[in-house]
Amino acid sequence: MELITPSIGLLFWSLIIFVILLFILTKFAWKPIVGALEEREKFISDALDQANKAKEEMSKLKSENEALLMQARQERDKILKDAQTVAAATIAEAKDKAQIEADKMVANARMQITNEKNNAITELKNLVATTSVQIAEQIVKKNLSSDSSQKELIDTYLKESKFN
Amino acid sequence: MKKTVKNLLIKFLSLAFLVGFQAFATEEAENLGEEKKFNAAEMIKHHISDAYDWHFFGEGHQSVSIPLPVILYSSTKGLQLFSSANFHHGTESYNGYKLEHNHILSEDKNEKIYDISITKNVASMMIASFIILFIFLSISSSYKKNIGKAPKGMQSVFEPLITFVRDEIAEPNIGPRYAKYLPFLLTAFFFIWVNNLLGLMPSGANTSGNIAFTMTLAVITLLVTVFSGNKEYWAHIFWTPGVPLPLRIIMLPVELIGIVTKPFALMIRLFANITAGHIIILSILSFIFIFKSFAVAGVSIPFAVVMMLMEVFVAALQAYIFTLLSALFIGQAVAEHEHHDDNH
Repeated sequence: MELITPSIGLLFWSLIIFVILLFILTKFAWKPIVGALEEREKFISDALDQANKAKEEMSKLKSENEALLMQARQERDKILKDAQTVAAATIAEAKDKAQIEADKMVANARMQITNEKNNAITELKNLVATTSVQIAEQIVKKNLSSDSSQKELIDTYLKESKFN
Repeated sequence: MKKTVKNLLIKFLSLAFLVGFQAFATEEAENLGEEKKFNAAEMIKHHISDAYDWHFFGEGHQSVSIPLPVILYSSTKGLQLFSSANFHHGTESYNGYKLEHNHILSEDKNEKIYDISITKNVASMMIASFIILFIFLSISSSYKKNIGKAPKGMQSVFEPLITFVRDEIAEPNIGPRYAKYLPFLLTAFFFIWVNNLLGLMPSGANTSGNIAFTMTLAVITLLVTVFSGNKEYWAHIFWTPGVPLPLRIIMLPVELIGIVTKPFALMIRLFANITAGHIIILSILSFIFIFKSFAVAGVSIPFAVVMMLMEVFVAALQAYIFTLLSALFIGQAVAEHEHHDDNH
């Protein structure tokens, strides 16, 4: 029976000790400890959140970068293609122009050559004419020095040019 | 610095064990020598009861014990304070008081005394409190020192226990407003646990196996529950919603009794578990002296060791159960019943 009869003294001391312990521990141990734990937990979860966010951003950035790279590649290809077309066109144009120019030049040259040739021919003709005249003059001068020969020539001409 | 403290603690504990076992051996050896009949019931009763001195070993005038202070409040003489050594183990009376069957009685019939002595259990409880204060105040300061860093040393030993009480006991049973009750639950958990463990020490006091100790804690749980009860909790007790009128009238006394029986069960459970553990171990060891045989010791001692290990587990388990049920009762008192007006 004694075992299950609570004694006043022990009830009193249990209560006092427990209440004092509760008070001191609450104020100086539980509050700071639980506070620190919560703070640390919050810090860890925040850090994890941030890491996840950073990861997401990284992957986003990566995909963005890839898209950009792709776009850049496409643009480069396009530019290259355009440049090739332009170059080809330019070359063709240049070729055409050159051809035309060359043709023109050739034509000009030909014309000039023809002109020159004509001039030369004319000159030559003139030269030949003058020379022939001079030669003829000489010949005439020499042959007609005697009266007989003059007469002979006149006769020849007269013969040739038959008067009807 | 920490290492030396740890080493000292280990040395102290091993010494305490040695002294404890020697105490037991000496006591019983003397019994055999004197051919006095060994009374197991007496011995067990002596070990699990409270006392005015802290007895280590020996019997009668040869016993080695620390006398503890006796504090009495007398209706005629006022406050009295003297050493329990004055009683000479109950053989002499002092100042008009005598020690009989482990109780202090006044020789004056008209004098009424209130005994608030620092008994063995009170002293053990104080030691437990100092241990708890030392542990948690020191880890509290280490929390302040390394803010935002990983726990170190003692911190990492006790942090899981604190988070266990918070995450496994307080939060799931009380709900979102658990923070208010967490200090009480933590204090109760560690107070019960440390007292349970101190009771298992050689020459330890059976503090947490004392009905007065468990009663105090149970009454505190009762008071916390009653004072944190919300409208719905009381409505549920006095006028249970959703049941027919005659049943409500029957339910009222049942619910009222229920308020008291819950902490009553807490009180009995802790008391019975811890005291029973002590009784079992002492009984097993008593067989050796009842049969006066070394052969029995070969069986008894390993068995007692196994029981002791189980008691170490029970020490933690009972602290957990007490705290868990306290949290559960508080949780019932503060719960918000969303389905409270579903009268069909």
